[in-house]
Amino acid sequence: MFLVRSVSRTPVLRAPRRWAHSFPQLNSVTEHDLDYFRKILPPSAIITTLPPNPSPESELEPFNNDWMNKYHGKSTTVLKPRTTKEVSDIVKWCNDRHIGIVPQGGNTGLVGGSVPVKDELIISLANMSKVRSFDDVSGILVADAGCILQSLSDYLAPHNYVFPLDLGAKGSCQIGGNVSTNAGGLRLLRYGSLHGTVLGLEVVLPDGTVLDQLTSLRKDNTGYDLKQLFIGSEGTLGIVTGVSILTAPAPQATNNVMLALPKFENVLPLFKEVKRQLSEILSAFEFIDRRVYDLAIKHGQGRALDAEETEGAECFVLVETSGGNREHDEQKLNSLLESLMEADEPLINTGVLATSPAQFASLWAIREGLTEAVSKEGKPYKYDISVPLQKFQEVVDITREHLRSEGLMREGAVRHVVGYGHVGDGNLHLNVVADAYTPEVEAALEPFVYELVAKYNGSISAEHGIGVMKTHALHYSKNAVSIDWMKKIKQLFDPNGIINPGKVLP
Amino acid sequence: MRPSAVRLLNILVPVKRTVDYAVKIRVNPDQKGIDLNVKHSMNPFDEIAVEEAVRLRERLKDEVKSIKVVTIGPPKSAETLRTALAMGADAGIHVEVPESAPAPEPLGVAKALRAIIEREKEKGGIDLVIMGKQAIDDDAGQTGQILAGLMDWAQATFASKIVVDVAKKEANVTREVDGGLEEVRCRLPLVVTTDLRLNEPRYASLPNIMKAKKKPIEKLTPSDLNVDLTPRLETLKVTEPPKRVGGGKVESVDELIAKLKEAGITPVKA
Ligand SMILES: Cc1cc2nc3c(=O)[nH]c(=O)nc-3n(C[C@H](O)[C@H](O)[C@H](O)COP(=O)(O)OP(=O)(O)OC[C@H]3O[C@@H](n4cnc5c(N)ncnc54)[C@H](O)[C@@H]3O)c2cc1C
Repeated sequence: MFLVRSVSRTPVLRAPRRWAHSFPQLNSVTEHDLDYFRKILPPSAIITTLPPNPSPESELEPFNNDWMNKYHGKSTTVLKPRTTKEVSDIVKWCNDRHIGIVPQGGNTGLVGGSVPVKDELIISLANMSKVRSFDDVSGILVADAGCILQSLSDYLAPHNYVFPLDLGAKGSCQIGGNVSTNAGGLRLLRYGSLHGTVLGLEVVLPDGTVLDQLTSLRKDNTGYDLKQLFIGSEGTLGIVTGVSILTAPAPQATNNVMLALPKFENVLPLFKEVKRQLSEILSAFEFIDRRVYDLAIKHGQGRALDAEETEGAECFVLVETSGGNREHDEQKLNSLLESLMEADEPLINTGVLATSPAQFASLWAIREGLTEAVSKEGKPYKYDISVPLQKFQEVVDITREHLRSEGLMREGAVRHVVGYGHVGDGNLHLNVVADAYTPEVEAALEPFVYELVAKYNGSISAEHGIGVMKTHALHYSKNAVSIDWMKKIKQLFDPNGIINPGKVLP
Repeated sequence: MRPSAVRLLNILVPVKRTVDYAVKIRVNPDQKGIDLNVKHSMNPFDEIAVEEAVRLRERLKDEVKSIKVVTIGPPKSAETLRTALAMGADAGIHVEVPESAPAPEPLGVAKALRAIIEREKEKGGIDLVIMGKQAIDDDAGQTGQILAGLMDWAQATFASKIVVDVAKKEANVTREVDGGLEEVRCRLPLVVTTDLRLNEPRYASLPNIMKAKKKPIEKLTPSDLNVDLTPRLETLKVTEPPKRVGGGKVESVDELIAKLKEAGITPVKA
């Protein structure tokens, strides 16, 4: 007879614990399924390579491949529903039929979460792009999940409101995608995270039920706050179809400066000084190391500073102010700049001040263009991590040294190791630019980077999420009890494992 | 015969404070003007003019003796002068008009500039005026030409490249014309107006902003210059451009054809 106890006696010292990747047993989309989809959707909302009227493969490419062209799905079918009801009908059908689904927004995610692992059905929210309501007294905006961030910004501008979120991908990413990735971005320092600004959500659950929590209340303490679960869950618990969010009064005056620093050690003292002097009008404090600045300029992102201003600079800081009174703000900023320039031991070499909105935009273009510049330079390995502020440069340098010692800092392998990020939020973007994505480089970087981050008690994903890229590394930032409960929650919402399979959870 | 001693170049750059080009213009309810309570900055063409003057100095070094900027406008125009000084101009002149006064017209401005140039004669004179080809608020595009006429000077408008030979007292200016580029040679003194492609203006650097605070700005009134800036034109009505009607999506080619027919578009008979 088989002795259970003898089995349990085998040593279980497998550290660090690796979670076996469990991809659920799922079915592919068939012609039979398409017959059903055709009943509920117009022809223009269905793109499929299945017979009888197959579209060319190329039409599916933008949906199957991610923004970095690093992750490649093999989906045969994309559906673009226009209403919550349509989403619900599709999801219910797929749940009954055990068909995997990938919810897709603007497909700008950076961890491979928005493309299929295999041939899951893609549900694109692109056709759900209407503003449902806006209240210009409270500033509460209710919109379809497929609204593009930029168009919501444009919508709010004439009402003198701004969206509490802004990021480099604003021209393509959707509010549903932002909520699902809990995107941080460039305004977090000022307006806080989406966990605070999102007031309500409408979500289609994996069995097709519509969870309507689209309230517009700032205060609502009535038990479990379920919507929080969907913020940052990367589409693994349901499909967000509507978002209610608190927008902020538009600042009446904005200014920015780019400061050139002789050494990284000055960033933190500078941050303290800038916070002290600018206080409530400080709205961004972004760190850019010299190498990535040079890449941005090389790839034409924004107008470069003059040579005089960049000479001897080890890094740059972009400071933005937003306030209600131009004269007051400018006075504050000017006295800050004066004190910085005239200090006995200056923290900065020099800097430039934008004197027109065109220059204001141009300075931001340098910062916002970093992601794009890095992608133009080569194949980026992107690690978006939280580490203590004083360790920013150390992490970049140690990683570069590690790659050098592995003999990978060379042509044909890694070209650059660069860092930039939201100092105000403790968030560093460590980017390793290689000539190609190769197992060799990947093996040198992982788990090296994750272990480094764990050593500083940091987070392996400050903003971009886990997606498929980091499932195996989740344990560096979440302990076994946490992962266990995350799995239980997933099981509860999605017992068949149809929604975004293979993502987030190991 | 020995060549005459080389005269050094004195440059004058007129600048104007305008509603920033990125601001969405709103017409006032009385339809006589626009909402001016918005972000202002230096007229972009003037910014290019200042940049060009500073670049001329970078190229010609000591041959450029002075770069003066002048503005004719309300008290807040002083900010625009400071910006120009921070970009590298040496000194400013502010011909101040009251906040409530109507905006001066090109002829008035050109006469004020002529008076400024006359005043500068005793300080070495002006050899080169570089100015925007137009201001983006009134789009008049006349001041440079009128000034050259009043002074009886050469003019090179819509410049995309300027090469000055100080010793020979001439300048070669490349102009953007309809068919392409035209290069003209002019004798100094000269009025040049700038086109967009002449250069890309620099950011104001912090050390230069600090220095600019200490640079002199001379304040004058129109009566100091003996000029009358009263407008000769009356604005009857200001209206917004017609609203763009958004496009629509169609589901099929048939629907597209039907929509085109609806809109009165018919196929061309072969
Ligand atoms: C140039 C650039 C700059 C960036 N800058 C930042 C930055 O500063 N800060 C930051 O946090 N991120 C940044 N990102 C990454 C960021 O995660 C995404 O840009 C954005 O938040 C994702 O939105 P999206 O609509 O493109 O979502 P997608 O990429 O389509 O999807 C992302 C994830 O959300 C899921 N998802 C999408 N829509 C829904 C929905 N309606 N319901 C349920 N799940 C959904 C997807 O399945 C996927 O897992 C940047 C990306 C780029 C390309």
